[in-house]
Amino acid sequence: MMRLSLALALRYGRTLRRFWGTALATQLEYQLNALIELLAMAGNLAGSLLVLWLFYRQGVALGGWSWNSVLVVLGAYTCLDGLTSTLLRPNLSRIVNHVQEGTLDFVLLKPIDSQFWLSLRTLSPAGLPELVVGVALMLWAGRRELGTLPLSAVLLAALLLLAAAVTLYALWFVLAATSIWFVKTWNATEVLRAALTAGRYPVSAYPSGLRTLFTLVLPVAFLTTVPAEALLGRLTLAGALTSLLVAGGALAISRAFWTFALRFYTSASS
Amino acid sequence: MRWRLARTLWLVQFAYMAEYRAEIALWALSGVLPFIMLGLWSAAAGSGAGGGLDLGLSPAELGRYFLCVFVVRQFSVVWVVWQFEEDALQGRLSPYLLQPLHPLWRYVAAHQAEQATRLPFVLLIASLFFLLQPQSFAWPGPARVLLGVLAVGLAFAINFLLQSLIATLCFWSERASALERLLYVPTVFLSGLVAPLQAFPPELRRLALHTPFPYLIGFPAQVLAGNPMGEGQPFGLAAGFAAMALWIALLLPLLVLLWRAGVRRYSAMGA
Repeated sequence: MMRLSLALALRYGRTLRRFWGTALATQLEYQLNALIELLAMAGNLAGSLLVLWLFYRQGVALGGWSWNSVLVVLGAYTCLDGLTSTLLRPNLSRIVNHVQEGTLDFVLLKPIDSQFWLSLRTLSPAGLPELVVGVALMLWAGRRELGTLPLSAVLLAALLLLAAAVTLYALWFVLAATSIWFVKTWNATEVLRAALTAGRYPVSAYPSGLRTLFTLVLPVAFLTTVPAEALLGRLTLAGALTSLLVAGGALAISRAFWTFALRFYTSASS
Repeated sequence: MRWRLARTLWLVQFAYMAEYRAEIALWALSGVLPFIMLGLWSAAAGSGAGGGLDLGLSPAELGRYFLCVFVVRQFSVVWVVWQFEEDALQGRLSPYLLQPLHPLWRYVAAHQAEQATRLPFVLLIASLFFLLQPQSFAWPGPARVLLGVLAVGLAFAINFLLQSLIATLCFWSERASALERLLYVPTVFLSGLVAPLQAFPPELRRLALHTPFPYLIGFPAQVLAGNPMGEGQPFGLAAGFAAMALWIALLLPLLVLLWRAGVRRYSAMGA
């Protein structure tokens, strides 16, 4: 049993390497695009810093967060945004095309898990610098805030950032999977992306109504504020556990939703 | 003749866009950023000992401002770059160029038709907003509505000219839409979308006012919101409209020239 699951994991790992190797090879053909992406990232980061500065230069601390600690939140956001451009967008936005053109049939016939294939088939290196810059910003600002970062805090923050990524993925996947019923509403993922920009700022910076919305309805708080709090050593055990539970639950829901959705899939042209 | 042409073009595009109501509604919803920023700015204005943030705007005016930012964006959003790039790549551009109608007019009509389909959603969201924030509500006078509509129309014109300039670059490079991403950065941060220009320090505000970006969102939103203008405020009413006219007078000939040069260079895709 143990050996079987190990072999399975190895097989999926090997497949993943092939997938991403070919994706990288094609993407690197467009070098000018990469340069523009890099410039756009720098511009966006500078703009986000400008907005934060507009508050802090007037002595307003957003939600009581200091300048350095609010940069940790921005770092977490940048990192997740990079992940979105690298993996989520290139893969999940194609689900609707597969449904529309009937190529989902081929995906389902492959001897590999369809959710795995649809979620990780390709990768866009354009988002990778953002991922790196996000992590670097988190560590740099965290060190400036605390002096030294204890290893345990870094590890916990990494774990919770991973949980945040899983939550984000699951949300996005469920929305993208609804295209099995409503081909036209695939733009729903754009709405999600727009709403998640709220995660650029700590959730306590919002008025109470929005704060509740961003904690209970849209898990914005768990995406960026919680990992930042973990790095700064401000997170309670309950907070960390809730975040992990949200991630696990969201992943399980996305899995269940996909098997449910496939029951309604009747192929295109029918 | 001209009038009939415009009417037909518009009606065709409207019928086409009406097919995509659900998608357009979601596009409209994806413009929630002003409401997020309103939450942030209003919390900041209310918080902090020693007065917190002073923008020179009352809470009601701030709320109205960001609602108007949302509305202005809905009616000045431009996607000509993607459409044009696709048409050029798929070879649809060639027949358009043969017709006795400048291809850009077709896109203008498509944008206006799309805005018309957005109208009900925008009204719905605005009513919801006023239900949640009744203190921001004030009946707009007819003069303000007229000026507001004019300002939004001019903002759309400037945005359309700017984006068409980038689209025209498709004649030279097949992936001009990447450049649009670069233009998007100052459009977000300098236009007043994420922060009212009152929050900018004076030097930055002066710098921003020398670019077209504040006239895309900030100025029309202030006009529509009926917020105070002139002395001590970032915009003056007459000066703002004059600046808009100036930008159009500058960008329009530029676009015409670039388009002519591009068409001369054009050799259809996929040949």
